[in-house]
Amino acid sequence: MKRIYTLEDVCIGCHLCEVACITEHSLSKEPVKAFLHEQFRPISRCTVEELDGGVLSLSTTCRHCDEPDCLRACISGAIQKYDNEVVRIDTEQCVGCWSCVMACPYGAIQRNLTRKKANKCDLCPDRKNPACVDACPNRALVFKEGSQK
Amino acid sequence: MNYIIIGNSVAAVGAIRGIRKIDQQGNITVISRERHIAYGRPLISYLLGGQVTEKRMAYLPEDFYENNRINLLLNSEVTGLNTKKKQVRLAGGDTITYDKLLIATGGDPFVPPIEGMAGKGKVFTFTTWDDAEKMKGLSHDIGRVVVIGGGLIGLKAAEGLHQLGKQITIVELADRILSTAFDRPAGRIVAKKMKANGIDVITEDTVVRVEGNGAEISGVTLKSGDFIPCDTVIVAIGVRPAAAFLKGSEVEVNRGIVVNDSMETNVAGVFAAGDVAEARDFFSGQKNPMPIWPDAYIQGDIAGTSMAGGEKSYSGGLSMNSLELFKVPTISMGITNPTDPKKFEILTYQDLESNQYRKIILKGDLLVGAVLVGNVERAGIFAGLIREKIDIKPFRGSLLNADFGIIHLPREVRNSLFAPYGKVA
Repeated sequence: MKRIYTLEDVCIGCHLCEVACITEHSLSKEPVKAFLHEQFRPISRCTVEELDGGVLSLSTTCRHCDEPDCLRACISGAIQKYDNEVVRIDTEQCVGCWSCVMACPYGAIQRNLTRKKANKCDLCPDRKNPACVDACPNRALVFKEGSQK
Repeated sequence: MNYIIIGNSVAAVGAIRGIRKIDQQGNITVISRERHIAYGRPLISYLLGGQVTEKRMAYLPEDFYENNRINLLLNSEVTGLNTKKKQVRLAGGDTITYDKLLIATGGDPFVPPIEGMAGKGKVFTFTTWDDAEKMKGLSHDIGRVVVIGGGLIGLKAAEGLHQLGKQITIVELADRILSTAFDRPAGRIVAKKMKANGIDVITEDTVVRVEGNGAEISGVTLKSGDFIPCDTVIVAIGVRPAAAFLKGSEVEVNRGIVVNDSMETNVAGVFAAGDVAEARDFFSGQKNPMPIWPDAYIQGDIAGTSMAGGEKSYSGGLSMNSLELFKVPTISMGITNPTDPKKFEILTYQDLESNQYRKIILKGDLLVGAVLVGNVERAGIFAGLIREKIDIKPFRGSLLNADFGIIHLPREVRNSLFAPYGKVA
């Protein structure tokens, strides 16, 4: 399956992947509306991590594991792997127990505290390429066929 | 090939998926003593408290049993096993023959004999959907509750009942609640929070007598001599492997059904997984029951794979718990309370005022455990470091950071996790 990979050497720490992710998962799909006017601003499903004031940075996101630890830990069945590929959370089914946060070794599941729901990459089902990949100005994010690690 | 799975919870589901990955043809029969299809068992406290509807209890997509061609026998109790004839006997007297058998019957609540409890009306255990339903149905009759046991089940029952507006006292024998997963500071933070919300927590004490006339409960007397008035008692001391039906069979049962790393018992073709099994511990290598949800799935998957002729080996049970009570999230994993502290190094950070606590347990240059209270963000990274036995020397100083993440790991580890392979065009 196609997965999102990170080239940390060319990541410039601009956080545009996060902006694109939030925008894509908003109601309006427009950044200004999503950030300023929507009642529930989504939280980003990718995380830009920085060290030494940004000298080192990389964007981390879900690996869509072949045998997802999050799915195995999920007590409500909200996390399922579809077509043997993408791993998604059914937000309605999620009870916010954070078992997936406890289990994911990539730290790729976020806690949406306003809605008390777990949050993770869904590979942007409405798009050809995930929004974060398209938004990266330095092509530090790569969407290509590959294994989990 | 005829597969029989006794039990229909998470270990069974892991096993079904494990079998079907390899064998799409074989017949799978799932036998459950419950009347429900697989449900999120830990959700029963949410059901009791009203945060989850019955519809949301279903653990699986609607078409799961059909898609996997499961012959599902609900309301059926297995009463015996004949490993020579490869037959299981059902309560009605029928027998079913198997080629490969998985025992995934989970745990039965343990109810010790407590003076005065026999014949009392509102005494409950809390491990099934029906337990939650029964309690909910009698809710109008419940006012004051004593929960015996401050483990996960007791705390969750207390939370659910609190949401229904009941007055609750938890009585725990150990010096803190959730003693297997928490240490003292973590237990104290959560207990303080519970008390602030009106739930009484009594530690280092236990119920010795249930008082009252006839079926009516008037209260309980503790070992310390204290009397606590109540009309309902919840027994949440723990669970015991549901393996009574194996009496007289050749399957070895210690504290659970003893299994090897393929989840096979001492009898060839008979497997066990989940709360009923006793498999290898991640750290000690000793066999141990590990009654937690994620591990039951993993064991089920390995059992199913092995039953279908595949090869997968258990890497050992690693305990982990995520529990949020009154908006204080906690995650704990691995060795949290070393019995011999001299062999370990312990790093802590605490800010009890704002309910923040972080404890890292190291053995040499390996992470072996963690307790996180408050900031539980990305806790799974610790689980990964434990499981993969990553040398923490290069980033030891960052482990207590609130924003500890992938970036603190050595470059080769980061790249092995997130960098693409081969040419990037």
